Amino acid sequence: MNALKRNLKELGKYPSAIGGGIIILFLVFLAVYAIVTIPYNEAIRLWRGGEEIWGDNPRIVPPAWTNIFRKVKQPETIVRDSRDPADVTSKTVTEISEDMWDVVMTFDFDYDYDAFPQELNVFMNATFVEKGPFVSMFWITPDGREIRLGEVTAKRSETYRFVQDERLLRRLKGVEPQIALFADPDKETPTVLKGKYQLKIAAVTFEAGSDLEAKFVAYGTVHGMAGTDHRRRDLTIALLWGTPIALSFGLLAALGTSVITMAIAAIGVWFGGVIDELIQRITQINILLPTLPILIMVGTFQSRSIWVILGWIILLNLFGGAIIGFRAVFLQIKEAPYIEAARSYGASSWRIIFRYLVPRIIPVLIPNLVNGIPAFVFLEASLALLGLGDPVLPTWGKLIDDARSNGALYNAQYYWVMEPAVLLMLAGLGFAMMGFALDRIFNPRLREV
Amino acid sequence: MTEAALPVPSGVETSKTQPSRNSTLKLMRYIAIKLISLFVAVTIGVYLTILIANMGGYVDEILKGQIRETISVSIGMDPTKKNLTMEERNQLINDLVALEEHRLGLDQPFLVRSFRFLGRALTLNLGRAQRMASDSGSKLVRNIILERLPPTLLLMGTSSMLLFFVTLFIALFLSRNYGSLLDKLVIALSPTSAAPAWFYGIFLLLLFAAVLGWLPFGGMVDAPPPESPINYGLSLARHLILPVIAWLISGFFAGVYGYRTFFLIFSMEDYVELARAKGLTSREIERRYVLRPTLPNIITNFALTVIGLWNGATILETVFNWPGIGRLIYQAVGLYDSPVIIGTTVINAYLLAVTVFLLDFIYALVDPRVRVGSGGPRS
Repeated sequence: MNALKRNLKELGKYPSAIGGGIIILFLVFLAVYAIVTIPYNEAIRLWRGGEEIWGDNPRIVPPAWTNIFRKVKQPETIVRDSRDPADVTSKTVTEISEDMWDVVMTFDFDYDYDAFPQELNVFMNATFVEKGPFVSMFWITPDGREIRLGEVTAKRSETYRFVQDERLLRRLKGVEPQIALFADPDKETPTVLKGKYQLKIAAVTFEAGSDLEAKFVAYGTVHGMAGTDHRRRDLTIALLWGTPIALSFGLLAALGTSVITMAIAAIGVWFGGVIDELIQRITQINILLPTLPILIMVGTFQSRSIWVILGWIILLNLFGGAIIGFRAVFLQIKEAPYIEAARSYGASSWRIIFRYLVPRIIPVLIPNLVNGIPAFVFLEASLALLGLGDPVLPTWGKLIDDARSNGALYNAQYYWVMEPAVLLMLAGLGFAMMGFALDRIFNPRLREV
Repeated sequence: MTEAALPVPSGVETSKTQPSRNSTLKLMRYIAIKLISLFVAVTIGVYLTILIANMGGYVDEILKGQIRETISVSIGMDPTKKNLTMEERNQLINDLVALEEHRLGLDQPFLVRSFRFLGRALTLNLGRAQRMASDSGSKLVRNIILERLPPTLLLMGTSSMLLFFVTLFIALFLSRNYGSLLDKLVIALSPTSAAPAWFYGIFLLLLFAAVLGWLPFGGMVDAPPPESPINYGLSLARHLILPVIAWLISGFFAGVYGYRTFFLIFSMEDYVELARAKGLTSREIERRYVLRPTLPNIITNFALTVIGLWNGATILETVFNWPGIGRLIYQAVGLYDSPVIIGTTVINAYLLAVTVFLLDFIYALVDPRVRVGSGGPRS
């Protein structure tokens, strides 16, 4: 045990161990942060959610911080909701006649970006018994022009999409509304007119107690910390939650395979004879089994849950190639005098195996284990890339798969591939660097060179 | 994995002079034992794959369901069958389903079929695909696989050969200049090999295909394939560049580091010191005293690369749309085409077995311990 402590202290002398340690700590911090801020079920609910959760997000846009490097500042999403008092500039209700009321609300917002928004929508919720309110909308530009938008008779839940309004499109001379409404009329090429815009929504209600709530969304072309995907989902959730999943998957798989493999090797070496021979034969067969095709079959036919896959990985690696290496070390240890001593005082076989043989192999086991983690982290991503990612959990591999299958590489949406890829690379590098240093510490032969 | 599987390096025992006939006999016996045990291993491996590929009868259920659905729909759409009563129609559907199930052998118990599968698989009589077909239209699994084998061999052969020789020579160079800046750089970069080839493939695609537009996104040749052989070859080479580089990057640094370390460990042995003291040239020392004893390790390493290659191909080929075995198995799984899945797996197992056998054979040739019959490589 003391030797182990001394060895761990020695880690500090290796730059790669320090670098790897920092990366691993960072990832662990990220994982803990993800679990604490977004509970497991919440993460799954969010990731599987559709328009009702992500309706206010733009579709496939890069993260907001990319604006720092851009000359043309891209807009962020602007949301104005009449249910939030801070958003509404004014809301008045005036009685026109006995059974008609005029509800007028205005939303103000500043537009200081150099590019046009992606899309403009107004979501309306009307309360009424028989006859829904009649809504007309107006757009007031910073230079004082008032542009009439569309008119709708609001249903209980109504969405007015600017682009789909044919009459508005004709009025704007065929220029798409998200451009025409923000463009400077004096410029030949569409240029954003910066300043304070106003959206006026005027509704005529026909019942006492009938009311209208409206939400205006100007979808930006950048969003949040990590951008969004084709289903408007915020990638931050998948990036954050991918961390604990990748770490636990890699660690469990590496731990499961190396510890069990080691135990099997120890048993084989200690008992020798038929058992050892059998274990060696099974190892030989196991090496011939095509691991990845089998995992693909499991993913397709049985279950794509990463925990089922994890079980199969451990099962397929029980008698893996690592047994050969462990066996060689155990064969040496078995001849050591203290084992002879243990045998002479009458220790049982199991006591010798687990109290004397196994602890001695920990120096071989630890680098093996740490070096094994990246392989499993990437294996999970590989399976996701083949479309066999976990159906409910957000993982890094699934992000890359989503990006690839939606043509992110062809459409220059590089952030979508790069973000999960960089995290994967970090995880791989962190453990590989740590394992590299551990290898040198525990194998003095390597240290000389 | 790679390093753990290597035999613990030790000084090589020089073989004692023995009658050569005796040693040939030992070699033959050694090879015969290896062949038999490998064959047993392949048989069990293939049978396990058949069991797993069936997933406890689940695949049969899927297939039966699909058969029933296709037949029901085709009869429902058939105008000549309009006038049949409900009963007659159900009878007809049941008959056709039974016929189709009989054709696919689904009416027999799985245990019987599994052994028939095994017998056929081992004799490479791989049967007919249920859904897939080769580009030339053949339904025979063997033809489908034979059509996909050359692209895989081309891609993986080129990659692994390049990787092997490049890493070996650079490792030799570094072991001569050990401690140099380049040496330290390679060591520092060796953790980058933790990422698999497809991962670098995506980066390369992003950079060279998407941003710069220099190289194609994937596939094996341009579409339509060029007419003249020269242009065809050039197009092939252009499509090869990115996957090969991806494979090289992912294997390069760890490979160089591994070989270099071996060379250094072996060049510190006493007999090398002695050779140096005798005044032999460094080239001669390298060839006779460093390369020779490390040869078994180098060969093991190479064989492990080749074995890893059969697994690595699946995803690399999928990422680069390379029409090889790896992509074939991925497509076959998507179509639940179990004959193709089992067929590719059998071929895979055979290729692995051949690799392992060749490894053992070459071992026997280069490692004197095997020839004198003192245990062989797995000591």
